[in-house]
Amino acid sequence: MKITVAGIAKEYPQGLTVRKLIESENVETPEYVTVTINDDFVESGAFDSTVLNEGDNVEFLYFMGGGR
Amino acid sequence: MVYLSAQDYEKIVAHAKKNLPEEACGLIAGVIDGEDKIVKEVYLLENTDHSNEHFTLDPKEQLAAVKDMRTKGLVPLGNWHSHPESPSRPSEEDKRLSFDSKASYMILSLMDPAAPVLNSFHVEERQFVTKEELVIK
Repeated sequence: MKITVAGIAKEYPQGLTVRKLIESENVETPEYVTVTINDDFVESGAFDSTVLNEGDNVEFLYFMGGGR
Repeated sequence: MVYLSAQDYEKIVAHAKKNLPEEACGLIAGVIDGEDKIVKEVYLLENTDHSNEHFTLDPKEQLAAVKDMRTKGLVPLGNWHSHPESPSRPSEEDKRLSFDSKASYMILSLMDPAAPVLNSFHVEERQFVTKEELVIK
């Protein structure tokens, strides 16, 4: 199936979970990454159970914060 | 080398001063040319902490900014935030929360609001800091 990851069209097998996609994309510090599918935010607790579908648009957003 | 236009520099400084005494923050986007990062767009985002000691970007605003970058053919280059009362260098918390080793982290010090200091940093493994050469023109 074709999905778009961070603006780039990619081919992945059917049944791909968000967790597997994070692993395949070698996302750094995945515990601090927010994932959206078609602009909907995915709870981190649902990464294993959320299955991607043909045409989905996925973004990875790093937590960004800090302090003095 | 990181290139930032004087206009975008002024945009960051103005927003940071406007938000005093709180820290201000945002994203930077542009193009990568070999070893160089050229900032083409500066995004002013809300500091959801509304604190003079901490900042957190709103993920919804982050997503909107990232989508805007894509429509403009730009790539995310990193973020920027202000230090109202401390120097322009990553604090321990800044380092601990620098999760993207490819990002540039710009920090604007307003310890002396009349003489702002902006530097850009690269952080490896959330602890090893390298100051990037920043050209503002």
